[in-house]
Amino acid sequence: MTDAPLLDVQGLRVAYTTRAGEVPVLTGLDLSLRAGEALGLVGESGCGKSTVALSIMRYLGRAGRITAGRILFEGRDLVSLDEGALRALRGRRIAMVYQDPMASLNPVMTVGRQLMEVPMVHERVDAAAARARALAMLREVRLADPEAVMDRYPHQLSGGQQQRIVIAMALIAEPALLIMDEPTTGLDVTVEAAVLDLVRDLRRRHDSAILFISHNLGTVARVCDRVGVMYRGELVEEGSVRQIFTDPRHPYTRGLLDCLPTSGRDKRHAPLIPIAGQVEPASARTPGCGFASRCPHVETGRCTTRAIALATVEDDAGHRVACVRVDELAQASRRRATLAVRDAQAPTAPVIAVRDLHKSYERRRARLAARKDVVRALVDVELTAARRRTLAVVGESGCGKSTLAKILTGIEVATGGSVTLDGIEVAALPVDARDRTLKRKLQMVFQNPDSTLNPSHTVGYAIGRALRRLRERAPADVPSGVARLLEVVKLGPEMAARRPRQLSGGEKQRVAIARALAGDPDVIVADEPVSALDVSVQAAVINLLNEIQAERGTTLLFISHDLAVVRYLADHVAVMYLGTVAEFGAVERVFAPPYHPYTEALLSAVPVLDPDAAASRIVLEAPLPRGDEVPRGCPFATRCPRRVGTVCDDVPPPVQQLDGGHRIARHIPAKELAARQVPL
Amino acid sequence: MARFVAKHLLFLLLTLLVVSFLVFTLNEFSPGAVARKVLGAYATQEQVDLLTTQMGLDRPLLVRYVDYVRAVLSGDLGQSARFKAPVRDVIARHLANTAFLAAIAFACIVPLSMILGVMAGMREGSRLDRVILILSTVVASIPEFALGVFLASVFVVWLGWLPGTATLVAGGGWSVAAQLVLPVAVIVLFDAGYVVSMIRASMVEVMQRPYIRTAVLKGLSFRRVILKHALRNAMLTPITVIMLQINYLVAGVVVVETVFAYPGFGRMMLEATLFKDIALVEAGALVAVFLAVVTNILGDLAYVLLDPRIRA
Amino acid sequence: MTTPETLTPIAADVVVPSSLTTPRAGGFAGWRHLALVTESVPATVGLAIVLAWALLALLAPLIAPYAPNASDLAALARPTPSRAHWLGSDHLGRDLLSRILWGARPVLVIAPLAVLGAAALGSLLGLTAGYYGRWIGLVITRACDIVLSFPVIILYMIILAHFGSSAWNIIGVLTLTKAPIIARIVRGMTLDLREREYVAAAKMRGESSLYIMLVEILPNARGPLIVDMCLRTGYNVIIIGVLGFLGIGLPPPDPDWGGMVKDTYGMMMVWPHMALVPCAAISSLVVGFNLLAVGLRELGLRD
Repeated sequence: MTDAPLLDVQGLRVAYTTRAGEVPVLTGLDLSLRAGEALGLVGESGCGKSTVALSIMRYLGRAGRITAGRILFEGRDLVSLDEGALRALRGRRIAMVYQDPMASLNPVMTVGRQLMEVPMVHERVDAAAARARALAMLREVRLADPEAVMDRYPHQLSGGQQQRIVIAMALIAEPALLIMDEPTTGLDVTVEAAVLDLVRDLRRRHDSAILFISHNLGTVARVCDRVGVMYRGELVEEGSVRQIFTDPRHPYTRGLLDCLPTSGRDKRHAPLIPIAGQVEPASARTPGCGFASRCPHVETGRCTTRAIALATVEDDAGHRVACVRVDELAQASRRRATLAVRDAQAPTAPVIAVRDLHKSYERRRARLAARKDVVRALVDVELTAARRRTLAVVGESGCGKSTLAKILTGIEVATGGSVTLDGIEVAALPVDARDRTLKRKLQMVFQNPDSTLNPSHTVGYAIGRALRRLRERAPADVPSGVARLLEVVKLGPEMAARRPRQLSGGEKQRVAIARALAGDPDVIVADEPVSALDVSVQAAVINLLNEIQAERGTTLLFISHDLAVVRYLADHVAVMYLGTVAEFGAVERVFAPPYHPYTEALLSAVPVLDPDAAASRIVLEAPLPRGDEVPRGCPFATRCPRRVGTVCDDVPPPVQQLDGGHRIARHIPAKELAARQVPL
Repeated sequence: MARFVAKHLLFLLLTLLVVSFLVFTLNEFSPGAVARKVLGAYATQEQVDLLTTQMGLDRPLLVRYVDYVRAVLSGDLGQSARFKAPVRDVIARHLANTAFLAAIAFACIVPLSMILGVMAGMREGSRLDRVILILSTVVASIPEFALGVFLASVFVVWLGWLPGTATLVAGGGWSVAAQLVLPVAVIVLFDAGYVVSMIRASMVEVMQRPYIRTAVLKGLSFRRVILKHALRNAMLTPITVIMLQINYLVAGVVVVETVFAYPGFGRMMLEATLFKDIALVEAGALVAVFLAVVTNILGDLAYVLLDPRIRA
Repeated sequence: MTTPETLTPIAADVVVPSSLTTPRAGGFAGWRHLALVTESVPATVGLAIVLAWALLALLAPLIAPYAPNASDLAALARPTPSRAHWLGSDHLGRDLLSRILWGARPVLVIAPLAVLGAAALGSLLGLTAGYYGRWIGLVITRACDIVLSFPVIILYMIILAHFGSSAWNIIGVLTLTKAPIIARIVRGMTLDLREREYVAAAKMRGESSLYIMLVEILPNARGPLIVDMCLRTGYNVIIIGVLGFLGIGLPPPDPDWGGMVKDTYGMMMVWPHMALVPCAAISSLVVGFNLLAVGLRELGLRD
């Protein structure tokens, strides 16, 4: 290994031309990467991290333009390379792995051909040799039955398998630099853990340098040696994983970490502290620190007049920070806000009681297939939600958590079993058949900020319409009602005139919450309300939900795949797997041994920020079973790391009742499990 | 696959039944009308009544429709009043002429629009794209008769290179091949303009897909990216439309056939309609719909063959 | 060449302030839309052509130099363009310019009216088919497919030959044959839009199906709908011309562009201008509508 870095980005400036004029996205970025090293690049959406990746690949589209700076790779400046030279580098010396693997693979070409193409184009090997290489690579990314996979089309593979193919395609030419842009975003947490594990492993074997881009600080901690934090097109802090996560210096990095519901935090003990304000658009850049307008330590003048360069922190080699006040800020002045501790343990009467709930769909396997599958979305679901408390339903995609929400809200009806809402049976009651009082009792907050509000209607109309329908408000009273609701969700009254496209994601989600509150509901069902938001915005919305609950006594049914958020926010938790409830109970009991083996796997898969997090992790290598592969016995049997034998496949596991209403469905006795499991 | 074919055949049958019934009803709106149309305006009412009874036209509509379907199924399409010949022969002759014209036009349209559409769509916003987009839009906007007039005024009136009619009878010093040039040119220009913009739009969309980025960043040449990765995906949406052009080419070229006095199916239908040759109109409509539905099925089939996601 | 109207910033990293992409409320909405149209060259040109024809048609009684059906016997001998007849005159000695101007009137009434009818009927069918799905949707889709599978020109010939051709009949036939196309587009969009979360939210506050279809779904389908209505108007102009050319269009003697071509086409070898002038008129109007559609689609894609 030579001293010269493999990749050296110097003063990179990139701008996009938009209708509003030229918008600078990167404003003088410096970073370097040595051979074999893994650098994580983190930041919230819009910070320019993906642009870094695309600039290195020289793939900015027609709107993007590198306006200044150099990108030295193996001593050559990529900025000035011509198409031919770029082609020779792309895919061979620098390869890329993308966020959405399904979209990144050609749908009408077998994955085998897509893999073989790389050595055939770059090394001019024949088809047989390319096939051998592809097969070897598929084995390396731990895909079962590589021969069969070669002939599959992308749609025939699961998301995890697709991402393994993309990784194989990137590594097949043994590149010196691998750029991964959000490679696990959108994958289920257990799949993500397996993919990250694979990346860590392959890195050691192939000695490729990795530029790992992610919004998720935990995933970066798992794969990388060093971390760079980006804000508004600049690197604001850079250092080893340990330096950044245990001793952050830049106020933005600190703010970011304070927003994370990391393990050990919950709403009672260490509330999240959102960063004030919101990211200002790149076109509104002022000289000086980009973070100045939101920084709690800002000092007008010093911070706001001229550009601030990265400088090495004293006595901390390799740790660079772009903050003029870095030495003045106390080393670990991490803020700790305290909210009034609320007694969460006092039991209250249940508002929602779900018993033996079943839901199945008929689905045709493909457009032309004759056979229909019966998909069992919910099987024997049983749980209760206590008044004024938060019940979290957690699980991976396909576990039935959203179906449960749809039945509660009446958008779909159950095929069997019972759901009571304040004693009223609603399982078979579609929303049209519910009367106004019942509709008012339960409202919903949805997942996708871009689809939750009608783009054709103003905010005021959306909230006002809900007021009129659910509260029978006279039209004259509506504006004041809208303003009051906007105030509850901490938005100004001027928002009423805006349309959704003029709002940020966090604002849209607040408006959606205001709309749900219009009927003054007893229960709010929130289906992944924060999963599409950036962490700092996420923290603010979570806090808002919490406050609303405290003030209005609303029961919250919080549906999420994110265990960190659930652990932070919930009072009770139901862990779901393939339509069944694997475990149910108070949050502190569910997230402590004895666990259901699935809960254990989920918890162990959550990426943690601790660079010392040990390896005692459980990785589920087997993919989620498809409809007809689900065993008759325990649905988790095909992937369970603690399988005891054929009893798991054949006999549905008994539900074991533990202390405090904690229930687990599995074959292994609780005591035995507790003895084998460690707290995660 | 069997299910696919069965479903489509069922739809074909259903469509033919509905259309034949509608046309039948329309043509025989009032019992006396048919005989009146056959005999013309100068026949006496007695003659009309007599013929009505002779033809069995005083029976209920549904009964006559069933009889009609039975006759059609046994291959008897009736007699054409306009051409004084069995309807079957009249249709066969004109359809063959049109098929000939359509085949030549189709053989030009498909490659031409694929090349132009792909070239335009592969670099959206490039000069080439703008030129192709605007040209194809303009050409597709000119009605066929106007295109015919424009081309004829240049090549027939002004330059005198080509004949102004295509009667398929060699004469006046013009070969049949020379006669075909203008009709084919009009059809190709008008229709390709539309198909080009379809393919271009699809290509533009495909070029923005992440898998094209994957292909480029694998280090493939632009040519390889287009031919191996973009082309097949870009043809998925337009393939159905392309197959539907067969339908237009056979049944929709009335205007071109009229402009150039080409003895084809469309002009036959026009004459039959204007002459109130009911047997011919009914049979012709059935043939046209049959063709339309079959091309629809062909389009769906082609789509299935191109897209592995549907074969599953 | 990178003209500003063809840029497609697709990068995820660009955060454009909302105040720049969408002017805040205030001012007349129509002017903002007009300003948007001028960002696309094809849309501007198309709109200009269409507006110019609309103006000419509107002012025809004032600006046409002759009555549309008046014969000038002097021009019969020499019908070519002259100082008296700028565009020449036809085989009956009628002034072509006047006939073209008057001929724009029926086209510019019938074509848009038929499109409005088709849009109303088609939207209703498409919304119903898409929103309810199941068998209602299936029946509507199949019915539309049957209408669409019928070669349009032959359909017009059969229907118009039976019912005679009048402006209202043409509007009726055009409406019926174009509605399925619009229905198909609206159905496709409805299938997508009905799954949006704001539709679920509307259901949860107890809105009626009609409200959801008309207030929550239809406004969000307006973009593609408007583009398609432009295209349909252009095609309607073509069809009106074709019907005239085939002799089943608007009844003579009032000027009809297609009919003018039909009457004079036989004299191409001698007096080509008689057919060329109406052909140029109809072509330019259709080009206008289609360019407008292309431009609007281009603008819509960038939102």
